[in-house]
Amino acid sequence: MEATKDVTLTLHNSLLTDDSSLITHHLSLKSTEYRRNILKYIYKAKAGHTGGSLSCIDILNVLYNEVLNVSPETFTSPDRDRYIQSKGHCVEALFVVLADKGFFPESDLETLCKYQSHYIGHPTRKVNGVEQNTGALGHGLPMSAGVALAAKMDNRNYRVFTLMGDGELPEGSNWEAALTAAHYKLDNLCAIVDLNGLQITGPTKDVCNTEPLDKKFESFGWATRHVDGNDVVALKEAFDALPFEKDKPSVIIAHTVKGKGVSFMENELKWHHGVPSEEQYKIAMEELETVTSIK
Amino acid sequence: MEVIVENTVNRANQDVFSETLQALAATDRNIVVVTSDSRGSGKLVPFGKKYPAQIVEVGIAEQNLVGMAAGLASAGKKVFAVSPACFLTARALEQIKNDVAYSNNPVKLIGISAGVSYGALGSTHHSLHDFAVLRAINNITIVVPADNYETEQAVQQVAASDAPYYLRFGKKPMPLLDETEQTPFEIGKGRVVRQGSDVAIIANGETVYPALQAARKLSAEHGIEATVVSMHTIKPLDEALLAELAASCNAILTVEEHSVNGGLGEACASWLLKNRFAKPFDILGIPDEYTVTGSQVEILNHYGISENGIAGRAKALIESA
Repeated sequence: MEATKDVTLTLHNSLLTDDSSLITHHLSLKSTEYRRNILKYIYKAKAGHTGGSLSCIDILNVLYNEVLNVSPETFTSPDRDRYIQSKGHCVEALFVVLADKGFFPESDLETLCKYQSHYIGHPTRKVNGVEQNTGALGHGLPMSAGVALAAKMDNRNYRVFTLMGDGELPEGSNWEAALTAAHYKLDNLCAIVDLNGLQITGPTKDVCNTEPLDKKFESFGWATRHVDGNDVVALKEAFDALPFEKDKPSVIIAHTVKGKGVSFMENELKWHHGVPSEEQYKIAMEELETVTSIK
Repeated sequence: MEVIVENTVNRANQDVFSETLQALAATDRNIVVVTSDSRGSGKLVPFGKKYPAQIVEVGIAEQNLVGMAAGLASAGKKVFAVSPACFLTARALEQIKNDVAYSNNPVKLIGISAGVSYGALGSTHHSLHDFAVLRAINNITIVVPADNYETEQAVQQVAASDAPYYLRFGKKPMPLLDETEQTPFEIGKGRVVRQGSDVAIIANGETVYPALQAARKLSAEHGIEATVVSMHTIKPLDEALLAELAASCNAILTVEEHSVNGGLGEACASWLLKNRFAKPFDILGIPDEYTVTGSQVEILNHYGISENGIAGRAKALIESA
């Protein structure tokens, strides 16, 4: 948390003399705004996956604000970039970003997890901007590989991104798709692993160790890169470098902190789907109140 | 729809599926077949040779087969995901439920060598559960063509539709159901292939032909006249036809190459009971036990899913009234 505040203040006080620092400044403000909204709507709904949404939000921020060629106006275009969230339970992160990008009014999120709302605890296509219904783990990568293959077959230039949790990697379907994506040289496909190191039972390395993850993907024929997944600059640099190798699918292993941005939530297992009390909510929002949103 | 495959009798429905798909692919480059090392058993080797850019091989990986098929379909491809019914509808059931049905990606799932087609290969290779599991999943139409004509029509109709389907084929050569004029095939509407009022025999897939043979035998040997229906679409069920049969026939027997649990018979039973059907009714299928070993014909004969077996069951049903 302190690190985030320091970065933000430093940027506020610096002379913003070039485009890249402006972009960085903008992204940092956005991350804070998104974190506040994640907490706001989880607090209101009294439900949600808090820790994982906070760990992956910087990834979504950079994707939707700097990388993806998609908007509410182009969402039905066959040439749009696709984002499929395999770790569907962190839907609150996706919802606040989609609302910010104008896919639906933010006020819709007042209905999160309410009776007859489309804004449920996992992404569905009933919500404008959502590409696929996800929630069961290990589904994003196979579907993304299919979409990426369709692009190759049709000679279209769009790209496909999927966000996976490190906890879902033992699902065998991921590795079936990893083989196929390499076999078909899908260099228009990028998987991002939100490696926050915790899952509902405990540390991922204790539940089912997936390390060395880079070597596993590399041996399957993927190009890999490690990045600080809570550093918007590092994330942007990684996305800008895609594909990491021609004719290979890319995986970004994003090292993140579960609960990132709220001191008492960081790396604490109970915040996997913990909902803050009124007092905790106030403290968390105070920690994140250093900036207000800019559009 | 137009008949596009040459009408030579007694071919496996799987062969006709493949030929129909080739004919469609000739004019539609968006037709894509996805296979899991199953192009041989799916009779798709000629398709692959003719349209190599329209066939995707994923290897023996059924979950990925269906997941990728969903992705391809979402990007505008008309996808036929082809794999033995036993693996497709069990190994990849969650992908069918979520990636195809729930996400509404219009994949055509093709279950080949279905039922006990694989005979002595045993229960790992039998699909006696597929109707039951898929009936409980929203947003998927289940179609089980009986003969070559129904197969060709079904493939054409699902190719023209923007919805998810499950089509189930066997690999035994099937004669045409030619007792009546070729009544039109329409998904969701059962085909009456023989008329009689003593008993209605409602069957699907490869069991319709032995049901028709049984009806002829009942007529010739006992003067019993049976209506025979190819209820090729299990879901949605043709309730209007069921209502007609309930009114016009003195008994109803269902026949299927599937477990007696959760299939065509129970689908009919549910509707009939809710609609106060009070005449004799029975379900003929594979009982809930370790399936007897043998060839497809031997297994079906063992359980009475045969000309003699169906005739005997229908006669006993009528006599129980």
